[in-house]
Amino acid sequence: MVVDGIRVRRVIGAATAAATVALVAACGSGSSGDTASDGSVTLEFAQWWGAELPAGEFDKIVNDFTAQNPNIKIKLLSAPYASTKQQLITGAASKTLPDVVGLDGAWVNDFAKQGAITDLSKLMSDANYDTGQLASQVQIKGKTYMIPVVNFVYPLFVNKDLLTKAGVAKVPTTRTQFLDAAKKISATGSDVKGWALPLDTAVPNGIQNDVMSWLWASGGSMLTDGKPNLTGAPVKSVVEFVKSLNDAGVIAPGSLTMKEQDKVEKFTNGQVGMMIDSLAHINLIKKNKPDLKFEVAALPAEDGYTGKRGIPYASWGIGISSSTEHKAEAFKFVSYLLSKETNANLSTIANGFPGNKNAQPDFSDSDPLFKTAFDIYQQGYPANEFVGLPKSEDLMRSFDEQLQLVLTGKTSVDDALAKSQESWTSVFG
Amino acid sequence: MTSMTAPKTAPTEERVTPGRTRSTLAGRLIPYGYLSPTVLLIVVLMVVPIVMVIGYSFQDNVIVQENPVFAGFANYAKVLTDPDFLAALENTAIFITVSTVAHLVLGLAFAMMLNTQLLGGVTKAVFRIVYILPWLFTIAVIAVIWRLLLDPSGVVNYVLHTLGLVQEGVNWLGDPGKALWAVTFVNIWSGYPFFMISLLAALQGIPHHLYEAAAMDGANWFQRFTHVTLPQLRPVIVSMGVLDLIWTSQQFALIWMTTGGGPLHATEMLSTYTYKQAFSEYEFATASAAAVIVLLLTMILAFFYVRQQRER
Repeated sequence: MVVDGIRVRRVIGAATAAATVALVAACGSGSSGDTASDGSVTLEFAQWWGAELPAGEFDKIVNDFTAQNPNIKIKLLSAPYASTKQQLITGAASKTLPDVVGLDGAWVNDFAKQGAITDLSKLMSDANYDTGQLASQVQIKGKTYMIPVVNFVYPLFVNKDLLTKAGVAKVPTTRTQFLDAAKKISATGSDVKGWALPLDTAVPNGIQNDVMSWLWASGGSMLTDGKPNLTGAPVKSVVEFVKSLNDAGVIAPGSLTMKEQDKVEKFTNGQVGMMIDSLAHINLIKKNKPDLKFEVAALPAEDGYTGKRGIPYASWGIGISSSTEHKAEAFKFVSYLLSKETNANLSTIANGFPGNKNAQPDFSDSDPLFKTAFDIYQQGYPANEFVGLPKSEDLMRSFDEQLQLVLTGKTSVDDALAKSQESWTSVFG
Repeated sequence: MTSMTAPKTAPTEERVTPGRTRSTLAGRLIPYGYLSPTVLLIVVLMVVPIVMVIGYSFQDNVIVQENPVFAGFANYAKVLTDPDFLAALENTAIFITVSTVAHLVLGLAFAMMLNTQLLGGVTKAVFRIVYILPWLFTIAVIAVIWRLLLDPSGVVNYVLHTLGLVQEGVNWLGDPGKALWAVTFVNIWSGYPFFMISLLAALQGIPHHLYEAAAMDGANWFQRFTHVTLPQLRPVIVSMGVLDLIWTSQQFALIWMTTGGGPLHATEMLSTYTYKQAFSEYEFATASAAAVIVLLLTMILAFFYVRQQRER
């Protein structure tokens, strides 16, 4: 019996060791883009879109594709934006990106530099793809690395009730009118402020959406010949304008650590009269406060500006991993998502604007505000100069820190802009 | 009922004569076989990543470029002369020291309250549940709750305003002068129950006759506390204190979800600094150097912990 016991233990010991080796080996051998024995290809698609769409809607769109292409299977890796981002950054670093990846314009430059995402221009020409139908492409050195599939614009949201209460008849269209309206709204109650400015440095996209948007709305640019130009008059006038709003006490308190969701919450609760925000939040606001009367408008421009107004946007962009063995199949899937009908359908359910110029989103079941926003979008132009820049989040953060110093009176506008210019220049190289 | 008899088929000679040399060799290998799963897991999950990070910290352009170059101590020099890193080091020191001391004091106070003879069993059970609640929330929930509570127009300011203690909403998390204290407070709130539970268990283990003997000698309440309770609790207090210093120094989620290290680096910790270096600036080399420095600092604490455990 004793020897039997030893033998059993020996077998268990060996089996455990073997199982552990197998487990470790399995961990190391994970690869994407598998070809099954029947010749079908499975593509992994990592994105945050599925998590933001109504449950099951994105699967339907993908299932239509696999029904048309029985030899291609799509495995959706859906996670919230922040975890997708982290997963892709580590995936790009270790060259283990899924075959198809959802991209934010802010990541493209770095991923392309690392050689993690492939040049789509070549795939498009190989497939004889008509690029004329694309609303935009994100290019680095003349090569396309990301195609925006759905665009979400950031117009001005105005609380009509607060505006009326403050005695402001018209939605502001110039910076002077905006300051005036913000002052009047702030005067209506101790807990109410004219504007919300989220400057949290954990996710510093407030610089893009809530600060630089003022620049683009007046046709300005923070770049000259592809290099930073923060000390020029256009950016300086924006920072001075934001400072004047802060000095007038019309910005909701807590802005130095405010996050985007806090901004939306304060607007929804009627604590803030105006904000610049993603159109995608209309449904959320209506759900949380059905009786809130608000409308969307183009961003106010500098006094006297008559040109086209840039409107900030964020995209659900798409790219293809350089390490995938199935680039042609992956591009087939990309072109499906960008085809006229699918793109229109996807834009409609996502409440965004299509990446295919010919696609017409269906606003019949949507809130009328989407139609208004689409008109604003078509009258102006999508503007987001951070798309495609290197380390764009870091650029936003360093600008954010300097702006915080200005708003807390620790530095002057000129010094802050000179410092930002210096740190941006070192990143651009 | 049918009875079954196992057939006697096992040959007896096999039981007696296993090959002697084979058995010795196998006998020697068996312990390693048993250890191998753990050893492999430790190697794969700890040794390899740590060695890789240490390797990265001596190179330049790691991960993001294909051909990293050896950089010596350049990354360490860069990190150690970065004012943001030094600010993070100072903030972390304040954050972990204040948190640990407060955890200890609050934990001990509540544990003694729950250990008292003056309260009935039901009352004590109710308080036990109430006091332990903060420990049951995950950090994400704690961050959301306290962001709402500490908002300039949140509940805390409302209460303070109603009591006439403040004139207008205080910007707890958004004011560079207050943010570090506000996040430290939240961390204290979320962490004291663990101390309380451990100390309560230790208090209940103190033999009653020690108190009786002290009372016979004429010791008052305070003397009994300093001469009986504290010496008896000392091993637990020291272990918990060192462990808490280590755990708190690794606190990332709470800071990230409340202030993100801001405003103006007022709550920047070594953890948030390292994260920003890696995932925002893609400077994995300096991030690795910062991580190695944190590892060394933590190892100093771990050294004291291990030494204290050995003494026991």
